[in-house]
Amino acid sequence: MNEIDEQQVARLIAELPPPPRGWTEAAYEIPVTQAELDRVIERIEADEQFRTAVQAGLDKALVDAGIEPSDALMAGLRRHLATGE
Amino acid sequence: MPARQTSDGSLVKRCRAGDHEAWIAIVDRYSRYVYAIAVRAFRLSDADAEDVFQEVFTRAYERLDTLRDDGALKPWIGQMTRNLCIDHIRSRSREDVAEEPLDPADSEDVIGRLDAAMAVREAMGHLPENCNDILDRFFARDQSYRAIGEQLSIPPGTIASRISRCLAKLKSSLGEAFA
Repeated sequence: MNEIDEQQVARLIAELPPPPRGWTEAAYEIPVTQAELDRVIERIEADEQFRTAVQAGLDKALVDAGIEPSDALMAGLRRHLATGE
Repeated sequence: MPARQTSDGSLVKRCRAGDHEAWIAIVDRYSRYVYAIAVRAFRLSDADAEDVFQEVFTRAYERLDTLRDDGALKPWIGQMTRNLCIDHIRSRSREDVAEEPLDPADSEDVIGRLDAAMAVREAMGHLPENCNDILDRFFARDQSYRAIGEQLSIPPGTIASRISRCLAKLKSSLGEAFA
């Protein structure tokens, strides 16, 4: 049986560089974004006026409601509005 | 207990209970794996790789409750990443027929190597912190002796021998795992 040598170990370490700066930080925020997404969806479903405003223009509806339209939130809401998921 | 010594199963349970630190640990543990699958196994562009990266972790978070075996987090995340990479390639090939198709066997070979690399990474997590750090900086992050010396406040002349000692410790700890 061949044992792994140090060069092989070094090559394997090199196979996993870190992703570009910012990617992991954005992923850390997924639970926070998800919680906010859930709140906005709840409001869309419960508040007819807000729902109408969203259908007319998502970005403006959020801004008018005092909700920051972050890229992640917008993407999640568009997916929900398109698929119902 | 440091996150790297905590089992996947434990992190998943804590994450389901709303522990944000557990989620951060999961991202830290698998971010390199997801990134490497996207750019090395499937050769996605940085833009596509970033889309896949965020989508994998978004889906992993949303679907954590569907994971039947909490200890199977790695293959679950790996499979999700593969599937999303393939979806991206398929949608791109519909737009650009001139692009050379990727051989699935090549991707699987690379993923096999990445799985071995993850085992090495796990073993690194059990080394003393300074060993883990210096090996990561030199081999994974491709930092120079000078950069390492400056950032860790270590004399550059000692770095080669430190790397050598730490690599020997790591190899010893891997032992028959790769026999």
